[in-house]
Amino acid sequence: MTERPGSPADLAGLIPQLTAICGPDGVITDPMELRTYECDGLTAHRCSPGLVVLPETAAQVAGVVSACAGAKVPFVARGSGTGLSGGALPRADGVLIVTARMRRILEIDAASRRAIVEPGVTNLAVSKAAQQYGLFYAPDPSSQQICSVGGNVAENSGGAHCLKHGFTVHHVTGLEIITPDGELTWLGDGTGAAPGYDLVGAFTGSEGTLGIVTKIIVRLTPIPESVTTLLAAFETTGQGGAAVSAIIGAGILPAAIEMMDALSIEAAEAAVACHYPDGAGAVLIVELDGPEADVRSETAAVRKLAERAGAFEIVEAADPAERAAIWTGRKSAFAAVGRISPAYIVQDGVVPRTALPEVLDRISALSAQAGIRVANVFHAGDGNLHPLVLFDDSSPEQAAAAEVLSGAILEECIAHGGSITGEHGVGVDKSSYLPRMFGADDLDTMQLLRCAFDPAGLCNPGKIFPTPRMCGEAPGIRRGPHPLVASGQGEIF
Amino acid sequence: MLAEPIPGQITAACQAVRSATPDDAVAGVQPLVVATPASTEEASALLRAAAGLGLAVVPRGAGTRVHWGNPPERCDLVIETTSLDQVIEHEAGDLVATVQAGLTLDRLAEVLGSAGQRLALDPPALGRPASARGEPAAGRPASTRGTIGGVLATGAAGPLRLRYGTGRDLLIGITVVRADGAVARSGGKVVKNVAGYDLGKLFAGSAGTLGLITQATFRLHPLPARTAYVTATCAAAVDACRVIGAVMRSPASPVAAEINWASANQPVQVGVALEGDPAGVAERSAELAGLLGREGVASVADEPPPWWGAGPAAQPDGTVLQIAFWPAELGLVLAGIQAAATAAGLDLGVGGSAAAGVLCASAPAGADPGAVAEFVTSLRVALGQGGRAPAPPADGQPARASVVVLHAPPEVGKLVDLFGPVPSLALMRAVKNQFDPARMMAPGRFGGGI
Repeated sequence: MTERPGSPADLAGLIPQLTAICGPDGVITDPMELRTYECDGLTAHRCSPGLVVLPETAAQVAGVVSACAGAKVPFVARGSGTGLSGGALPRADGVLIVTARMRRILEIDAASRRAIVEPGVTNLAVSKAAQQYGLFYAPDPSSQQICSVGGNVAENSGGAHCLKHGFTVHHVTGLEIITPDGELTWLGDGTGAAPGYDLVGAFTGSEGTLGIVTKIIVRLTPIPESVTTLLAAFETTGQGGAAVSAIIGAGILPAAIEMMDALSIEAAEAAVACHYPDGAGAVLIVELDGPEADVRSETAAVRKLAERAGAFEIVEAADPAERAAIWTGRKSAFAAVGRISPAYIVQDGVVPRTALPEVLDRISALSAQAGIRVANVFHAGDGNLHPLVLFDDSSPEQAAAAEVLSGAILEECIAHGGSITGEHGVGVDKSSYLPRMFGADDLDTMQLLRCAFDPAGLCNPGKIFPTPRMCGEAPGIRRGPHPLVASGQGEIF
Repeated sequence: MLAEPIPGQITAACQAVRSATPDDAVAGVQPLVVATPASTEEASALLRAAAGLGLAVVPRGAGTRVHWGNPPERCDLVIETTSLDQVIEHEAGDLVATVQAGLTLDRLAEVLGSAGQRLALDPPALGRPASARGEPAAGRPASTRGTIGGVLATGAAGPLRLRYGTGRDLLIGITVVRADGAVARSGGKVVKNVAGYDLGKLFAGSAGTLGLITQATFRLHPLPARTAYVTATCAAAVDACRVIGAVMRSPASPVAAEINWASANQPVQVGVALEGDPAGVAERSAELAGLLGREGVASVADEPPPWWGAGPAAQPDGTVLQIAFWPAELGLVLAGIQAAATAAGLDLGVGGSAAAGVLCASAPAGADPGAVAEFVTSLRVALGQGGRAPAPPADGQPARASVVVLHAPPEVGKLVDLFGPVPSLALMRAVKNQFDPARMMAPGRFGGGI
């Protein structure tokens, strides 16, 4: 490719064609309206799209992508816009393809435990539709009330319960996609054992860079017969960490194990009055699910292990309302932190579970050294940290120190054999960190897959893989709560 | 036997190199050289040298499933991974292990078992096929589940796939050597990780056509405190279907639900595995036995029934095909198999992970190749593949079932496409073309000539 793609003239030239495909109300050209799509859940990165289309069918998506490919105009897919790494950040020289109008649940085959859904269907809507059959859709990102299944596929989304139930990639068995040259094709056949390469697996988590998904065949999971939720309070995160190790070491695989430290408890308490035990330096939420008898005995075992590790109080939810109350503090933690700090950076690094105590100590040392507070809320069971680096963005010194600290935390994760992102994706946010995890040959090899799907490089370009970044850019700055959280429409993280 | 000497570039790249013997033939194709690298670096040098010489390469682990798939179009160099047999790291507290590709599954199970853990992947142990039985190599066991690399590359799995999936679901990191010798990694050693593309998914099940797997990192699971097997005998396939359906609707939460139908005129065995807390398993297995008992005599045991993991999928010889389908179609699939077998005049063994929607059928080595090919073709039509579907799914969706011949005598392979219709073949060809443009890696072994 020699010409620069997506000149304003190319974009303007596309409008009649895209209007013919999507209808007049399916194409947005008004600059004010375009601005509402300027960012996803990571609000630090903003860019008004050149054009927005709102297709309702796979054929329309195929038409739009064909038109873009023909005009060499880059395109970006967007679901609900809840992503946390700027994966759906639009291009000023490109078309943003929003799948929000593709929200039909096409089929539920309860006996096969499969559903076929369009990409704009929300994650929770799948579980709600499956409930009458005693089934649910297991991946549960915290944004599940609003995030779309198509976005989940792009990001290989997880959630608190993926410790036991797995990520999106474990629950997708077939995808209808529009390839970057505009062809409609199916990857997989829904069986999970289709002949040929596992392109369903390779596509899932490719952050919208290999094509646009237009139908998804998901696996449904039986709703567990029994669930218990325990809240254990400790004096220190070290004790909490020891309890996690003891639980895992005993051969118990809880559905979820979440931990919050003193600062995040304080923030949550102030925001939602979650009534966690007084004086807790750390709380652990352990959820066990499965057959009733097993859950009963595992619950007893977890209580014992937590007590032995130093838990001074253990609360067990007696009913779904109490369970929700326990989770409220955890789920509100991020928004709550937004209330005690003008700005914060959220990281999504992962460390091996056994390295958790060491890395937490290191984070608190780094925090003390920099004079920047860090609140820790994390998926303790799988070592996925969400340190929140709190700073005052009116102070350039603080902002700079927070960025340095945030980067140092990611370096710690990498140094301990972990990952820079457990569930939020690389997007535009962490692409400059990817070369610290992978060598040139690793990244080149990943590019081979990219080139097989998108030789023209028009499909969500500039995401995942490192491109030159502006000096001083650091991943993940957030200012105040996300608009969807502020408006009460959803929880994120 | 080899007339030419082994090229100096190959002996310079790898210490353990020898001339191939007839025993090294890959699906009937005789290679020139067998090289056994002892490190990823050596494997890299070897592939670089092979690429320079234009040698076609077929990777091999224990050789357990090397006869699967089409015969390679060319095969000059067999790269054997058996010296890459180390456990690199087993961090029990993280439930993660990194191992080299040539390590056998059985050896890994010993290592992990001593820490009360396992890789929840249980493909059948296979004997050596009669066609490949030359002089038995020293120390080679009578049957083996194979190596990590081989099991990953072939996508082989067993009864536990219902709960734990297959190799691709348990794999969290991979190291491969590309056809040009470049070494690439993806994933890592933490379970939760979405950084970069997941090349492991691509290489799992790629049958050696994209490169050589040299190392893999897996998520592990604790060994269950107790496992119980509830079994029942059903007079007919329809009864077995009803039982499997009832099991899956029950709260028993099985980790495996298998059937074994050794012959059309024999009853169908159903076996369900339950794992977990001893008291819980006792309670659930008693309830399940009650449920299954309505269909016949059910029993509970701590050991699997003799046919467990030893059905048609474990046949090293003859034709073995894998039928994947949406689990609700089990009845249709079993009826389809029976009808197609009867029409072709065959009596087949059928069995596998009925509840997960993956069965195998096997025909003995002596079965008439024409009849076997006719069976495969008519079963594909019956299941909506490559013919008129009984109820065609909307919007050009692929058939919700596939019939893949895992291995077959050459006479059968000449009469029928082993892979059948493959969805998105054009993209797969594009992937192959990117990773291996010169077609050096196991050329032609895969579906669609890949």
